[in-house]
Amino acid sequence: MALGTLIVFAVLGLVVAGSAIGMLVSRNAIYAALFLVLNFITVGVLYLILGAPFISFAQVAIYAGSIMVLFVFVIMLLGAEQLPVQEPLRGQRWIGLLAGVLFLLEAGAFFYLRTSAPRWAAEIGFGFESPVVVGRMLIEKYLLPFEITGFLLLIAVVGAIFLARLDTPVKGTGLGRHAQIGERKE
Amino acid sequence: MDAGLFWEWVIKSLIIVLMLTAGFAYATLYERRVIARIQVRIGPNRAGPFGLLQPVADGIKLIFKEELTPAGADKVLFFLAPIITVLPSLVITAVVPWGDTVVIGGRVIRLYLTDINVGILYILAVASISVYGIVLAGWASNNKYALLGGLRSTAQMISYELALGLSFVGPILLAGSLSLMDIINAQKHLWFVVLQPAAFLLYFLASLAEVNRAPFDMPEAEQELTAGYHAEYSGMKFALFFMAEYIKMIAVAMIGASLFLGGFMGPFVDRFPWLGPVYLFLKVAVWLFVMIWLRATLPRIRYDRLMQLGWKVMFPLGLLNAVVTAFVVVLVGG
Amino acid sequence: MLQDYLPLFVILVVGFAVALIAVLLGMLFGPRRPTPRKAAPYESGIVPYGPGRRRMSIRFYLVAVLFILFDVEVVFVIFWAAAARQLGWLGFLAMLVFLIVLEVAHVYAWKKGALEWD
Repeated sequence: MALGTLIVFAVLGLVVAGSAIGMLVSRNAIYAALFLVLNFITVGVLYLILGAPFISFAQVAIYAGSIMVLFVFVIMLLGAEQLPVQEPLRGQRWIGLLAGVLFLLEAGAFFYLRTSAPRWAAEIGFGFESPVVVGRMLIEKYLLPFEITGFLLLIAVVGAIFLARLDTPVKGTGLGRHAQIGERKE
Repeated sequence: MDAGLFWEWVIKSLIIVLMLTAGFAYATLYERRVIARIQVRIGPNRAGPFGLLQPVADGIKLIFKEELTPAGADKVLFFLAPIITVLPSLVITAVVPWGDTVVIGGRVIRLYLTDINVGILYILAVASISVYGIVLAGWASNNKYALLGGLRSTAQMISYELALGLSFVGPILLAGSLSLMDIINAQKHLWFVVLQPAAFLLYFLASLAEVNRAPFDMPEAEQELTAGYHAEYSGMKFALFFMAEYIKMIAVAMIGASLFLGGFMGPFVDRFPWLGPVYLFLKVAVWLFVMIWLRATLPRIRYDRLMQLGWKVMFPLGLLNAVVTAFVVVLVGG
Repeated sequence: MLQDYLPLFVILVVGFAVALIAVLLGMLFGPRRPTPRKAAPYESGIVPYGPGRRRMSIRFYLVAVLFILFDVEVVFVIFWAAAARQLGWLGFLAMLVFLIVLEVAHVYAWKKGALEWD
């Protein structure tokens, strides 16, 4: 069983890493978004293996199913499918690489130096597979964060509407400014 | 895990997928015959008795049709989009039970693929993934009408997903579980449609919009969008979009029947478990009939009205229904 | 526990295989005689003009962003609903506060015209 789990984990891990790399290197923004969707779904499967179906399906429904829809919409909204070959921020590739190597070294050091299994890894099995348990935890133990989430969502709604700038009607038409954002100028 | 269990899953999966495919083929015939009768016509009746071989003829014709790929299309996504569209519709009913257990050759067989305790959330997750095929088909075609149709369709589906999710809350509150098996068992004596008429109506309307059926068949507005996201598709690739639409109809009917109409429950189902799939089939057939009836009766709703109905009527109504139901449930069961 | 979820992967593979076979059947048996006219975008017989992919209305962005935020709300409500009976009045009030806060967001979007579609 341990070997089987290891194999499944290795395959999923490869898909996760591969789709993340695919997202980074693809020149087409739509493909990048799709790689990210695949990545989110596979991470959701990893949560399932950890015995947390709530997080798993919530991950798929919210991250893969709605946040990425927004990404796809925004890419199409801007007509930005083809990414520029020239990097707008010069040298970011090298800085990113450096940060990545540093992170890998840090993670390696952590796994090399640790003496016992990390504590958080052992704590997850308190019946997280039952939605009733998760629901009760949400209200009974994490009530304040839960209510704060509500306010965060409220702020996000206000922010999103502000950014869309719907409240600046163009004179004489009664329409918002967005009505003028028509076709791409070619 | 023994090999027998694995093969049981494979066989059940094959049965579900093939039944849905056959269901799709005959749903098209069903629709054509019913609409013909409503319009005082006869409908297809030449291929086989009562036209029963018509879907087979259609399928063979589509296989031998030429498939076009537009010059500016994204070849990879143009190929993948039909598959991405049809796949969620094939797997979404995996958590819907067809019956209880039966004994075949001394082996107890459960008449469902699996009963997970987050079944409802699985349905929501798969439904939310199903938008990608459509938007990608529109984008990959490199056709402005297809793209607009795909985007409109996606916006419509995500808007009604909220009402759909909220319509699940009523049955969940009454059953106290997210498992479809628990929800069906809780309806042994009284169907939830009696206790939750508002949620049932919400579910019915939201699911119509979710599967892009009349009167919400906006993406297929032939007159304005040249058939929308699948304008550039032909042959079997087009057939897959068609298949996805009809399988989704069957799927929402199965899920709706399980949530509100007692699923496989019916008289004598305790004694004869084989009656379970029969009852479910009958309920789905009636549900599909109503969907077809609506298509034959109602004109298409305008797009801005459609979005307003979703956001300004159905979503608040769903919240109100959830709060009122919760109040009663806590009052009675607390 | 995990055994309940394995069949979902089985049906995913089976469904993918069936869909792939259907597409491949069409590619295998269908004729293939492309001409430039056939490969042109279909615009009801009119000569196509302009690019096939153009910028879309900001409305789509707004709908998607509002959908994310309210979808989070719906997922929370579903989980609370499963446990509502055990949670009793405390749970009901907690959820009511949450829903009222988000209803404020909904009304704000409504009044700002974010739900209009012109």
